[in-house]
Amino acid sequence: MDLFRLSALQLSGLMREGEVSSEEVVNSFLQRIEQVEPQVKAFLLLCPEEALAAAREVDRRRLRGDELNFLAGVPVAVKDNICTRGLRTTCASRILENYVPPYDATVVSAIRRAGLPILGKTNMDEFAMGSSTENSAFFSTRNPWDTRRVPGGSSGGSAAAVAAGEAPLALGSDTGGSVRQPAAFCGVTGLRPTYGRVSRYGLIAFASSLDQVGTHSRDAAGGLALFRLIAGHDPLDATSINTPLEEDVEADNFCENGLKGLRLGLISEQMGDGFAPEVKEKIRQTAALLEGEGAFVEEVSLPLTDYALAAYYLINPAEASSNLGRYDGVRYGLSERISGGGVREMFAHTRGKGFGMEVKRRIILGSYALSAGYYDAYYLQALKVRTLIKKEMEKAFERFDVLFGPSTPTTPFMLGEKVDDPLQMYLSDVCNITDALTGNPSLSIPCGLSPAGMPVGMQLSAPPLNEMLLFRVAAAIENMRPLPPLPEQVNILEGGQC
Amino acid sequence: MDYEAVIGLEVHLELKTRSKIFCGCSTAFGMEPNSSCCPVCLGLPGSLPVLNRSALEMAVKAALALNCRVEGRSRFDRKNYFYPDLPKAYQISQYELPVARGGYLEIDLPGGIKRVNIERVHMEEEAGKLLHAGGSIMESDYSLVDYNRAGIPLLEIVTAPNISSGKEARLFLEELRLLLFYCDVSDCRMEEGSLRCDANISLNLPGAAMGNKVEVKNMNSFRAVEYALDYEAQRQAEILSRAGEIVQETRHWDEENRVTVSLRGKEEASDYRYFPEPDLPPLLIEESWVQELKEALPELPAHKRLRFEEQYRLDPKDVAVLTSSPELACFYEEAARHVEDYTGLANWVKGDVLRIHNDSGKAIGEMTPLALAETISLLERGEISRPVAREVLEEALVRGKNPAQVVQDRGLGRIADPGTLGPLIEKVLQENPKAVESYLQGREKALGFLVGKVMAATRGRSDPAAVNTILRDKLQNLPGKVE
Repeated sequence: MDLFRLSALQLSGLMREGEVSSEEVVNSFLQRIEQVEPQVKAFLLLCPEEALAAAREVDRRRLRGDELNFLAGVPVAVKDNICTRGLRTTCASRILENYVPPYDATVVSAIRRAGLPILGKTNMDEFAMGSSTENSAFFSTRNPWDTRRVPGGSSGGSAAAVAAGEAPLALGSDTGGSVRQPAAFCGVTGLRPTYGRVSRYGLIAFASSLDQVGTHSRDAAGGLALFRLIAGHDPLDATSINTPLEEDVEADNFCENGLKGLRLGLISEQMGDGFAPEVKEKIRQTAALLEGEGAFVEEVSLPLTDYALAAYYLINPAEASSNLGRYDGVRYGLSERISGGGVREMFAHTRGKGFGMEVKRRIILGSYALSAGYYDAYYLQALKVRTLIKKEMEKAFERFDVLFGPSTPTTPFMLGEKVDDPLQMYLSDVCNITDALTGNPSLSIPCGLSPAGMPVGMQLSAPPLNEMLLFRVAAAIENMRPLPPLPEQVNILEGGQC
Repeated sequence: MDYEAVIGLEVHLELKTRSKIFCGCSTAFGMEPNSSCCPVCLGLPGSLPVLNRSALEMAVKAALALNCRVEGRSRFDRKNYFYPDLPKAYQISQYELPVARGGYLEIDLPGGIKRVNIERVHMEEEAGKLLHAGGSIMESDYSLVDYNRAGIPLLEIVTAPNISSGKEARLFLEELRLLLFYCDVSDCRMEEGSLRCDANISLNLPGAAMGNKVEVKNMNSFRAVEYALDYEAQRQAEILSRAGEIVQETRHWDEENRVTVSLRGKEEASDYRYFPEPDLPPLLIEESWVQELKEALPELPAHKRLRFEEQYRLDPKDVAVLTSSPELACFYEEAARHVEDYTGLANWVKGDVLRIHNDSGKAIGEMTPLALAETISLLERGEISRPVAREVLEEALVRGKNPAQVVQDRGLGRIADPGTLGPLIEKVLQENPKAVESYLQGREKALGFLVGKVMAATRGRSDPAAVNTILRDKLQNLPGKVE
């Protein structure tokens, strides 16, 4: 039996019944990684020894009869902007190429404590700035469904690793779609939780008012289980919400309530001209399925969301320009000290050499938007738009329990296709921006394959703190229509292009 | 022409919390460099700030003591700039919405009380400290950074520009220090850097528009503030009287040469790109909590001074000394409950108590006021002499002993017994024939000299009245005395 083909809950079940050990599970994934990683290139760092040691520890504790977490022994991959004590954490940037954090992010502490072996650190766009993982300073990750195509981004490594069977679960981060867009491109389930639901402590800041740690999983049940593990109030994060999770439902039977009477709003702006017909068709098919299950489906217009992208691309670079100031060569990371030069030269050379093009672009954009004389026209205006969009969403949620639409305007594009056109690249996140600005939870789920065999993703959004509802809908859809199997192409195609 | 100086101050002071403003690291002074640091105050990637409630409490207390309006909703902002001592390349500060606004502090001037208005009070974090290998930044090949100070909570107090001279500025700072000292929120030691002050100063003719302002920095003591501002006012007045123009600039106070020096060209104009700190939610302060803190404020210096003058009928100069610290004022008041002569008591506290405190290092708060009251009582009852009283007081305050017990243990009681004094006096007469002769020739002054000798022989314990009587008696009956 290929353990790596199983979902997180299937693996957890087998381990709890004593059928397999965590060590066997981890070994299966390590073998799979060895097999497909040369083509997928999802990982920046692999840590097989640490993963196996953690697995053996869980196995020992299980034998001893210790009370273990539901997911104990299920391995996980972690995006490389989440701090892992003792494991290099680079943000896929030259400036942090050799940075080893002295502490664990709160989410990493949670998964370590629960006994989830960490397989490695996954590739991403540098500092999470990008939508294709091509902005990694080290290499591009490939889409396991077609290695000529991008996996999406910025959490492309995490999504690709789960899609390729290299990990059953992964942690990503979502600032403006960085979990959901690659989830859609790779045909996996990706959650962006409510802002504040999951601690950001140890998530390397990109745009602080937007960043959230999210999950990648093969299915809804796995995503929910991992979400439950990392969610909760953290005294180290002042923006973390102090609301307990909903009643403790067993993760594998939470969807019994069905969809009867649920009010679902299809966002009409996301079904318009800029959206690929094969994507829209899958969404309509799924909407019909949901109606068949007793849900009430109606189109809803959110006209202000047209301004979301513009507002987002002011707020995001502004915060980024400030968050990335600390990489100055003084304390850690790359430090370029020029002989005869002073401290200003050190700052300039370190940052000039250490940051890639997209990072520099955002720092310049953001510094400009915050400059004296421009602040009111750009940053402040964007904050006002953000507030208006939030109100529009709140109003929509008075009528609907869940809003939905495509996760991405198109199926995955080719490597290199948009890398020189930042605006086109930004537009690939257009469906994901609104929830980032409002802080609503949002879930991308697989929605079948296009005629060309590429995954299509559907995005579901709910009012704050309603992650559970999103997973319930996702599970109902899975029950109606099985998820696509693991893509086998990665075994056949050698290398791919680029 | 007589120009008016218009001065505004920006005061930064360290709040005396035990831990830093956004993390749990200790704020203790003088630790090994970089030993009181964590991912948060080092600004390591991924770390986040969490506000220290005790820093907020101290800020609110200070604001209340300055008669400010504490804002129900305030906010932290980021002030962005690059400097090696700034770990995150931004300082978390308060820009648009400070924690408090609109207060005042009154200072005593010869012509009466002056109210200096406070524009705003806000919280921010301290930066690290640069240590230059060659002593100064220009003479060093390299510099080291100590981040122990990074994240110490600071309070910034900005006055309105209604200070008119260097002396007023100094008096304001002295009163501010006393006030915050009373509120127990800051040590305000300028020399240790726990209080810093920058100033803006401009000159104009009475009734005319404000002149160009100059920022003065690098003033390291209250006196330096006074001298620097007076110097600067004079410098500007000279330029203006020559019809010259004041350059709007930042100048450093050069302590050694007693001049202000232009920093032109050495500092670039900065755009700090302030924006709301997304890592900290807006600061919501409940009115009820503010009320609670307000009611818990101690009696403040100005009020205490007035009360002392009235209640104890003391001279304002004495009151200023007695209220120079809450501990000393409390010491005086405790002792005053057992003493009738308030002025006498004030002299004891100003003189001996402070001397004993300085000599022994014993904190005022640890001394027993009752010991002073009892010592004074022993003196008033004539059981001990004044010099002995001072000795007894020292022993009682420093070692925490009962004064009467000290007198008894050390045999310091007053000697009035003629049986004891007689032989002593005879000895003094024999040893000082010149004085005796002088007295006998009618010089009364010689008697005082002889009394002094007797007192000295008993280390001040002799009763002067008794000595006087016996001495006169003995001199009257000297053998061989010429009638």
